[in-house]
Amino acid sequence: MNTPLIEFKNIIKRFGSQTVLENVNLQIYEGQVTTIIGLSGSGKSVLLKHIIGLLKPDEGTILFRGKPLTEMKKSEIAALLARISYMFQGNALFDSLTVYDNIALPLRETTNLKKAEIDRRVMARIEQTELTEAAYRYPSELSGGMQKRAALARALITDPQIVLFDEPTTGQDPVRKNAILSMIAQYQRKFNFTAIMVSHEIPDVYFISNRILALYDKTIVFQGTPEELGNFDHPFNDEVIHSLEGLQKELTGLYSKRQFKVLNHVQLKRREAGENYCIAAFTLTNLDAIISSMGHDKAQEVIHSMGVYIDKHFGAIGGFSTRRKANEFVTVLPFSDIAEAESILKDFVKDFQEQGIRDIWAGAQKQAPSGKCVDFSIRAGIAQGQPTAEIDQVIDSARSQQKEIGRLQCAVGE
Amino acid sequence: MALTENNQCGSEGEAKSRPGTFLAQPFTLIGEAVIGWINGLGKATLFLFMALVKTFRSKQLSKVIQQVYYIGARSTTIIMLVSLFTGMVLGLQSYHALIKFGAVGGLGALVSLSLIRELGPVLTAIMITARAGSAITAEIGIQRISEQVDALHTMRIDPFRYLISPRIIAAIISFPLLTAVFDFIGIIGGYVSGVALLGLNAGVYSHSIQSNVDMKDLTDGFIKAIVFAVIVATVCCYQGYYVHMRKDSHGAKAVGLATTSAVVISCVLILVSDYVVTSLLLI
Repeated sequence: MNTPLIEFKNIIKRFGSQTVLENVNLQIYEGQVTTIIGLSGSGKSVLLKHIIGLLKPDEGTILFRGKPLTEMKKSEIAALLARISYMFQGNALFDSLTVYDNIALPLRETTNLKKAEIDRRVMARIEQTELTEAAYRYPSELSGGMQKRAALARALITDPQIVLFDEPTTGQDPVRKNAILSMIAQYQRKFNFTAIMVSHEIPDVYFISNRILALYDKTIVFQGTPEELGNFDHPFNDEVIHSLEGLQKELTGLYSKRQFKVLNHVQLKRREAGENYCIAAFTLTNLDAIISSMGHDKAQEVIHSMGVYIDKHFGAIGGFSTRRKANEFVTVLPFSDIAEAESILKDFVKDFQEQGIRDIWAGAQKQAPSGKCVDFSIRAGIAQGQPTAEIDQVIDSARSQQKEIGRLQCAVGE
Repeated sequence: MALTENNQCGSEGEAKSRPGTFLAQPFTLIGEAVIGWINGLGKATLFLFMALVKTFRSKQLSKVIQQVYYIGARSTTIIMLVSLFTGMVLGLQSYHALIKFGAVGGLGALVSLSLIRELGPVLTAIMITARAGSAITAEIGIQRISEQVDALHTMRIDPFRYLISPRIIAAIISFPLLTAVFDFIGIIGGYVSGVALLGLNAGVYSHSIQSNVDMKDLTDGFIKAIVFAVIVATVCCYQGYYVHMRKDSHGAKAVGLATTSAVVISCVLILVSDYVVTSLLLI
């Protein structure tokens, strides 16, 4: 792998006699979304504040592109920090300034841009974060979600190369949480910054993270992909992941990936030789177009409605489902062979075409009906699995069989 | 590390049990307090120095004007009200004292010199401390505990330049101007009670002022006003800025205590420095 963008070597941080970080070693790579997970009060925010220089380690070295911070000149450090933005857990918006002024503040104070240029950039960010109506209101007059978006807009106004997010979804409802995470992922792709996020929104953060760092017992115990974390055998998994995951049926009402795997194993044990099961994979197309046209909140409502619809239909006949990716759902039909599964899917498709897709669209319009519309479709595929087959292979097979089962077309007057 | 801490604890325990420690304890406490006070003074001086150094930038002007409006312009009404009644009561008391010695013709001089040399700068500073100083501490303190000051750091905005420096400069501009307002309205107050209500001749009152007040009295009063401005602004900003480092409390309570401390310390320092500056000016 390349030289890490940021590297911690044996970092120790104490507050008085209390040690908060002990021999922390980690690597963060450029252009990725890296999420630091851990229980509340485990030192995640302290770790993040070391990156931006708000806190200094008592021992150990922080390296940027392989060069220790302690060996950098002041001008180099200043140039480095100029490329970093920070979104605070409590937003840290200036309550005596309007949203517009909050977002414009870094440009006004740290650049020599003309007023018109500042206005253009700020209004662009305000539009992108769906804050147009709140531009001239004070933070105390906004909802929690709007405040988060204002803080995000302020963090992104200087086009930073590294953005640190300290629990960006705290205090939000499930739809908003996922909308904020989706927004971070979208901006990360669009502006190609390196995102470093502190969160305990498991498994929601998995959908947008390239790497996960697990902070446990004052040190980093795991670094790797979300998939690798699933196979990580450590008390962290039991004490942290499972306890946090248990709460995470909020958005879609579906099982988490881990619970889904556990259920599947239980079902596998019950099956006798020769008994089959089927897996159906559903994909929502055009999610990015929905986000850019309708906004993150409505896109999350679409996902929420789709999850609820799938769960309602297949849950009634003994199936169980999970969300695999941001726009993909998987359902296990535990005692069905391919012929039966095809028949079940046929019924589902019929219902879905008659009512389901309209329900999903109605979900999107629930928050604030708008005249906007965007085409999207749902694709589905099924595959039969043997008890010995790895579930991921069966899912891949179902995915490869996908074909369109429903489409919402604005032109036909939806 | 643990061994060292244990050793330290052990030696502290031994020291406590040593004979004579009891007698030394008051001196230890006094010593600690004095060292703490000197450290605080040094820190506040550096704080003021940093704020003044960071004043010189074109973008500061609009922030200074905003603060002059907040500290100065919005304090004018209360200053006028206080100064009017201060002048009136001064005129009333002085009239009855002077008339016993047949020196009532000196009423104008007594009222004006008292106001210009002492009461004007001191009462103006105390009134601004109560009205604007406490608000400055509370505002900066809340910004500190809600991470807004940290947010400035992360946006590469110097908090000294953005928060502290404009307030100190605005205080240095506002205090002498408000002192002038206080002096003027106070003299009118003395006129109202001495001339309009008690019947002293208006010409005698104004001539007494004209012949006894010279330029040095005015400049001395303004020098005091500037010294008080620096003290009040520094103390109030300092208390708010370092509210998170208070050991006696945290959060909102710390902001409340910092505000109280700012007002009390400012008022005490105004009176102490008034004596010191007066002594120096009279040399």
